[in-house]
Amino acid sequence: MNLSRKWLSEFVTVDAGTREFAEAMTLSGSKVEGTHELGAEISNVVVGCILSMERHPDSDHMWVCQLDVGKEEPVPIVTGAWNIHKGDFVPVALHKSTLPGGKKIEKGKLRGVLSNGMLCSLKELGLDERDFPYAVITAAALLNDYHPIDPEKPSIPATIQPGDKIFGSVVCAGVGEVKPAGNGRWSCGLMWLEDGSPVGTTVETPCQNIHSMDLVAFNTKTRVICTLADLRAEQKEFPHCIPDGIFVLQEDGLNPGDDIRPVIGADDSVVEFEITPNRPDCLSVIGLAREAAATFHADLRLHEPVVRGGGNGVLPELLDVETPAADLVPRYTARMVRNVKIAPSPKWMRERLRAMGVRPINNIVDITNYVMLEYGQPMHAFDYRYVNGGKIIVRRAAEGETLTTLDGKEHTLTANHLVIADEGRAVGLAGIMGGLNSEIVADTADVVFESACFDGACIRKGALALGMRTEASAKFEKGLDPLNTLPAVNRACELVELLGAGEVLDGVIDILNHVPQPTVLKLEPDKINALLGTDVPADEMRRILQTLDFQLDGDTVTVPSWRGDVKEMADLAEEVARFHGYNNIPTTLMRGQTTLGGYSPEQKLEQTLGTACRACGYDEIITYSFISPTCYDKINWPADEPLRNSLKILNPLGEDTSIMRTTALPSMLEVLQRNYNFRNKSVRLYELGKVYCPGAPDGLAFEPKMLTLGAYGDGMDFFALKGAVEAILKALRCQNASFEPCQTNPSYHPGRCACVYAGEQRIGVLGQIHPAVADRYGVDTALCCAELSFDALFAAQGPDPEYVPLPKFPAVSRDIAVVCDESVTVGQLENAIRKGAKGLLKHVSLFDIYRGQGIPQGKKSVAFSLLLRADDRSLTSEEADADLQSILAALEENCSATLR
Amino acid sequence: MKEQLAQIRTQALAAFSSAGSPAALEELRVKYLGKKGELTAVLKQMGRLSAQERPAMGQLANEVRAALEDAIRATSEKLAQAALQQRLKEETLDVTIPGTPVRQGHRHPMYIALDEIKDIFVGMGFTVLDGPEVELASYNFDKLNADEGHPSRDWSDTFYFDSDSRVMLRSQTSPMQVRAMETLPLPIRIIAPGRVYRKDEVDATHSPMFHQVEGMVIDKNVTMADLKGTLNLLAEQLFGKGTVTRFRPHHFPFTEPSCEMDVQCHKCGGQGCPTCKGEGWIELLGAGMIHPNVLRMSGIDPEVWSGWAFGMGLERTAMRRFKIADLRLIFENDVRFLEQF
Repeated sequence: MNLSRKWLSEFVTVDAGTREFAEAMTLSGSKVEGTHELGAEISNVVVGCILSMERHPDSDHMWVCQLDVGKEEPVPIVTGAWNIHKGDFVPVALHKSTLPGGKKIEKGKLRGVLSNGMLCSLKELGLDERDFPYAVITAAALLNDYHPIDPEKPSIPATIQPGDKIFGSVVCAGVGEVKPAGNGRWSCGLMWLEDGSPVGTTVETPCQNIHSMDLVAFNTKTRVICTLADLRAEQKEFPHCIPDGIFVLQEDGLNPGDDIRPVIGADDSVVEFEITPNRPDCLSVIGLAREAAATFHADLRLHEPVVRGGGNGVLPELLDVETPAADLVPRYTARMVRNVKIAPSPKWMRERLRAMGVRPINNIVDITNYVMLEYGQPMHAFDYRYVNGGKIIVRRAAEGETLTTLDGKEHTLTANHLVIADEGRAVGLAGIMGGLNSEIVADTADVVFESACFDGACIRKGALALGMRTEASAKFEKGLDPLNTLPAVNRACELVELLGAGEVLDGVIDILNHVPQPTVLKLEPDKINALLGTDVPADEMRRILQTLDFQLDGDTVTVPSWRGDVKEMADLAEEVARFHGYNNIPTTLMRGQTTLGGYSPEQKLEQTLGTACRACGYDEIITYSFISPTCYDKINWPADEPLRNSLKILNPLGEDTSIMRTTALPSMLEVLQRNYNFRNKSVRLYELGKVYCPGAPDGLAFEPKMLTLGAYGDGMDFFALKGAVEAILKALRCQNASFEPCQTNPSYHPGRCACVYAGEQRIGVLGQIHPAVADRYGVDTALCCAELSFDALFAAQGPDPEYVPLPKFPAVSRDIAVVCDESVTVGQLENAIRKGAKGLLKHVSLFDIYRGQGIPQGKKSVAFSLLLRADDRSLTSEEADADLQSILAALEENCSATLR
Repeated sequence: MKEQLAQIRTQALAAFSSAGSPAALEELRVKYLGKKGELTAVLKQMGRLSAQERPAMGQLANEVRAALEDAIRATSEKLAQAALQQRLKEETLDVTIPGTPVRQGHRHPMYIALDEIKDIFVGMGFTVLDGPEVELASYNFDKLNADEGHPSRDWSDTFYFDSDSRVMLRSQTSPMQVRAMETLPLPIRIIAPGRVYRKDEVDATHSPMFHQVEGMVIDKNVTMADLKGTLNLLAEQLFGKGTVTRFRPHHFPFTEPSCEMDVQCHKCGGQGCPTCKGEGWIELLGAGMIHPNVLRMSGIDPEVWSGWAFGMGLERTAMRRFKIADLRLIFENDVRFLEQF
């Protein structure tokens, strides 16, 4: 919501600078997002009066002007515009001036002639013709500005003389004296030759670009000086006869040297507010004025609209309103204006609209916008002649009914839309936008002003369904004050009368379907202070509420109709807090019963896992929970993989983020890919994040956490990753972990993949990513990943460590190498060793695997180092050998492995 | 004999002092003091002396032996010192050669910020809750007092899984307030960090997924002053002692009164600069006293209990904490970024 400080000052006098104002309003709850001074970019631009104009000696289209800019000496300025005349007041950008868009003006020479500044057009001042409709230029086609498209074939000869015929009754005429004729028109003396003798006449023209000595095309029959359109000429044939020119000021009381900013209304400052959805009343100048008055302890000056009325006609005879959709129309108020004269609205109104970011259009439309900004009540004006049968019906649209709105777009409606209709057809989308078929146009004579209150949710849904959130719908959707419709429509009618824009009929059509009873609350200062932790006196609370127009009668508080957000004590507490000052509330620490904070066992495990991963050199990552459905193909999942069943977002940002991941592997692979593309040589990553599997109660998801590891480069291979997984399991004190070959996980290399178990419980998988999968991610180095279930890791945690006495007796070490089939795994051999040991074996460690000379084809030699020890005595060599024999026997029996 | 001893003494001492190595010294020791050494040889002649001469000569001989032994010890010490010095010299390293790399993993900066926040609140007796991200709209909106027309319910703002807008990706961590109220005994002190989702295109300050942490206290006699005190403490812990904050009125459907807390811009100290968009303040979080409707809907009597709640964005906090300029870096996971923290 933009707010003009000038407009605000009509209702409340606030003596505060921009920053102070913004700060104070922000701290009382109206957050200021920004402030800008309208004329901030304009400097050293003044009103000048043209003292003289001479044609540039060295140009066929420029003028050398002398301007009175309020100084002793006139200022010479060269301009290429032709729409100015001696005596005109124009904006002059003096030497070292600035204009909107950061344009800087300095003196200089134009074709050898000194120019000490620039005369400005509307556009150069950051305006357009809607701001100053009178500045629109009608340009005559000056024959001395004719530039043929094809120099070989000019349609007007370069040697054309007054009296030469152009076509039909159009002849070339020379311009003599040019004098203002009032009303923006000019009186031109013309002369041409007819049969060799001079003929003269004086005509009035709206064209502003004609000067003495020019040649014009004059239609002797219609007595009109021709424009480009009259000659059916193209703009480029008359390059300087353009509808854009210097902005010739027609304001009253101008003096040379005046600052241009107040003249064009650029002396205002505009404050941009972020209004929270609970305060639609603040989407208005009056609403913000009320807040400002309370904030600055100033008086709020409200104005009761006064309508003279007396227009010709009896309202009930002319207009009837029915609201069959009464549930969606709490109130519908309308008045009528006859004999409307559509014209531009006055400058003060245009300036205020402009300052608030609304483009002026014409007096009637501007009035509706003005009232909407001032009162926060959206207004609609429509042309009465298009209300067939003189009857307005506010009803739900018929399914498939169509309506073309003011923006020219056709909409197909449903029964969820509310329309304003006559007996036959819709003429407007209620609360959103008027219909093109009832638009106010130049010849509109009778106007109906609608000031209604519609159901917020209905308008919001309707606007959303059509994708057309308008200023009006944005207000309605927040739920407006039904009591505001009448003052607003009266204000509109008052403005009609003030602007002389038409005759207001007596009477108001006002349908009240349901107007809520005012909210009445009890003022409970103790409770308010108890909630806030303050000690605000009851009288101060009363004062605050009264400045906001709450009515107080003893302890009874009547909430104003526009404050639908205030419903109970806590809401009153907020009002008190806002104006007592949030920053004046003390700061205390919590008292009361002490609670035992802390981390749950799950949260502690999360910390343990993170610490373990980082200790192994893995960096933590965060990836999106949603992925592309194509990810499952990329990781090689078969079509019938049950985990493909994912929750689908019905309105995703895009296909790539449209389903909830049931595996975190693709997210990890994408990050590995990205790092690979960044040419990061060595990457170790982990993520502890959720996956989302459908099927939980209430349509929700099971959201188990997964610990995902991913790595490549710098010695990364299956065993390097497995080492990390083992370290993680060790950090959990998991005592029964095992790794089984896994050839069936399609995402992994079938020969380099293992399932991880704790006892019988599967924890997850680890391995090298299938080369075909890596290839799909554009990576041609080995990617190693592990996916471990957090819940399984949680279950696999070992008990708290218990101290085991350090060995008192020496150990015996024995190295053995056994030969076995290739198919026998180290894990099987280790199991056999443990099985064969008779209680003395403390540790087994693999130290070599050998294939080649001395070992038969299809066999391998595997060497282990065994550590044997008794806790209560020094082992003898014989004891150790006996145990070793038993181990070797077990190896032979279980794995057919023989001592090498 | 007396002369002999004096000669041995002189010769031996001279020889010891010029010994260049422990081995040479040992050789000299044997030469003079060994079983067949010169001093021993002289002593063997003692028997030939008269009983009157013997004690004096014996004493002299012992003096010479002691002198020689002292000299050997001293020389040996000296040689050992020299050898040690030599060894130390030989073992001298170029200490500017880099150490053997130890690969250490790095905590993600967003989680560093979260860990700090968690520790602050756990220290104040809070517990940490986790909850569903695929959430019911009733928890995300209805039970938080957001009426049916609330704009954030729009399909343009929130991700939905069914056409009835019943199941959604939570757009805030606030549904955890309701879940806590429904399941935990009073009084309650919880924080609930986690992922939240909003339909924002990715840019330097937006992401369709980000993290928030919710905090809530419900107890008897809880006041807005308590809220302010606790959040000021949080700001000081996060951004340092003396951090200046301010509280502004705001609106959230589930708190009343509601506020936002700003932290004075660290760059300009409140003067206004590009970092704070000229405002002098940077918004940190939203908070307020729990709306009585929210308490009632969860079966808690607002006449007896009151509470406060806050919610803050974690990425933004981490970005401010570590001066990270672009939100996209948080989710890009470039190791050159991650390894800075």
